[in-house]
Amino acid sequence: MRSAVITFPGSNCDRDMAVAVEQVCGGEVHRVWHGDAALPEGLDFIALPGGFSYGDYLRSGAMAARSPIMRAVIEAANRGVKVLGVCNGFQVLTEAGLLPGALMRNAGIRFVCREVKLTVENNTSAFTHRYLKGQTITIPVAHHDGNFFADDATLDRLEGEGRVAFRYAEEVNGSARNIAGVLNEGGNVLGMMPHPERFIEAAQGGIDGRALFEGVTKALLSA
Amino acid sequence: MKVRVYVSLKNGVLDPQGRAIHHAIEGLGFSGVSDVRAGRLIELEVDETVSDAALEEMAQKLLANLVIENYRIERV
Repeated sequence: MRSAVITFPGSNCDRDMAVAVEQVCGGEVHRVWHGDAALPEGLDFIALPGGFSYGDYLRSGAMAARSPIMRAVIEAANRGVKVLGVCNGFQVLTEAGLLPGALMRNAGIRFVCREVKLTVENNTSAFTHRYLKGQTITIPVAHHDGNFFADDATLDRLEGEGRVAFRYAEEVNGSARNIAGVLNEGGNVLGMMPHPERFIEAAQGGIDGRALFEGVTKALLSA
Repeated sequence: MKVRVYVSLKNGVLDPQGRAIHHAIEGLGFSGVSDVRAGRLIELEVDETVSDAALEEMAQKLLANLVIENYRIERV
């Protein structure tokens, strides 16, 4: 398995993400800089980490979504390469048009940094098949702009197509229909505000994020 | 020449920042303000040769996120 973790100026969860991919997925993990024009050859999995790329200037994720490497990420995603965006990575994916909707300022204005309970809504995607449908899991969040917004028609379509991957099981940030993570139409791109890479071993306080990375590996092996 | 691009949230999109500003205005003792929406003003210094179409494209591709925002372009 060949993976890449993209680092934008202002990313701060890129190392955690690389460690999670290395430890849980294994294989080669390449660190890629946002200014690079090309990705390493033959990638199976690309992760966009959390952080505050470009200081959240203009809108969270807006500048990063237009960086040179994102053209290659979009092209790879369209070819079916698995792409995971966490937190700022999710914001980048929506700004890049790979996922619908937008992530706005938390309804309560405050930065939210704590463990939250999530409900697994979809357990058939490459990322979520190691969970049970309806399972409650605990994953940390740390964000200021996590309030998922999309118009009603888009929300209905996401729900109807089983593309809501995770929902908050409690009020966190005002997200439409409590959506915490969504999949693209092909099911190979997942964006989520909670940080699965921060919960992969007991020393971190929980291991509920581990199954997501295991799922990606298993999906690639059985493909 | 100067071009101003006004970016504002679409109607129906919740604006937590506008609401906080509204609360602060009321906290200062002002009354009669029924709603506050916060937007963004971006000023560009451009050559005369930059077309309206190019400005539209800049707004649509980067300056505004059309999922949540409207924009208005004004040549000054």
